[in-house]
Amino acid sequence: MPKPRIALTNLHDLSADFLSLTPVQKIGVAIQELLIEKGIIAPDELSQSINLIDTITPAQGSRVVARAWVDASFKERLLTDAVAACLELQIDIRPIHLIVIGNTSKIHNVIVCTLCSCYPRMLLGLPPDWYKSSAYRARVIHEPRTVLREFGTHLKEHAQITVHDSTADMRYMVLPIRPDNTDNMKEDELAELVTRDCMIGVKIPQLPSGFSTA
Amino acid sequence: MNARPKFNKGDRVIVRMLSPQPHTRTPAYLHGKPGVIERFCGAFENPEERAIGRSGFPLTLLYRVRFFGSILFSTNKTCEADIVEVEIYEHWLQRDNSHAKT
Repeated sequence: MPKPRIALTNLHDLSADFLSLTPVQKIGVAIQELLIEKGIIAPDELSQSINLIDTITPAQGSRVVARAWVDASFKERLLTDAVAACLELQIDIRPIHLIVIGNTSKIHNVIVCTLCSCYPRMLLGLPPDWYKSSAYRARVIHEPRTVLREFGTHLKEHAQITVHDSTADMRYMVLPIRPDNTDNMKEDELAELVTRDCMIGVKIPQLPSGFSTA
Repeated sequence: MNARPKFNKGDRVIVRMLSPQPHTRTPAYLHGKPGVIERFCGAFENPEERAIGRSGFPLTLLYRVRFFGSILFSTNKTCEADIVEVEIYEHWLQRDNSHAKT
């Protein structure tokens, strides 16, 4: 269902809805109205974009990861040209440039945007609040091992950490390692193991507790 | 036509210390730091120009640059990141000749 847009068509006719907004939200509404008034965007274009963003959940990214886990040649294509590989799964993230980085037994990868909150929205939806916090953005460059421990992620001592700072035009997603004892799992079952945080790189996929491999 | 990339994968570079811009995509923790070109990413509109209402043209070339965490922070606390990889536009990079070939 389209989200109702608060209109600011007449400054003398401020609705109760508008007055209840925070200052930042009011600026947002004012910018929307200006863009529409000046014909830069159409009102339906705006609601379509908002609806599109709202429909994307991390399940989109999980699907990509699960496919890479079951199909080695897809994995290779994903690591070489992520945009084209996603298209194979009918996921069109263009014109966004995406780089997928594969974790290995030696190197663990984690993603941040130290300057703002750049995030692979077309695969993971909206970023979590902690990803946008200045604490995460400042600390994960400097002390990623400690930050990961706070997420409950304990890497092996010898594992190296590479932090990817998405400062400009590229977006990043981590391809986690497929957990052991999942040989009998189907692709859609595997996708369930891949959480948003695993694709940011602050967690590693876990088997559900009580999961039997027998 | 855009200029050809000045740097190749593996080239040693230093992040320039340019005077403050109204808007930049080069984080301050990298200013003056040496790194290695990891890959060329393509040509993009210049965000420093776009931020002040200009077109962003001519396009500017973008690279991913790899830094060793150990050289990034001069505090007495050890940096826990082994590698940090960051996108940097070409005009922020200069060749690092301190490792001249013999």
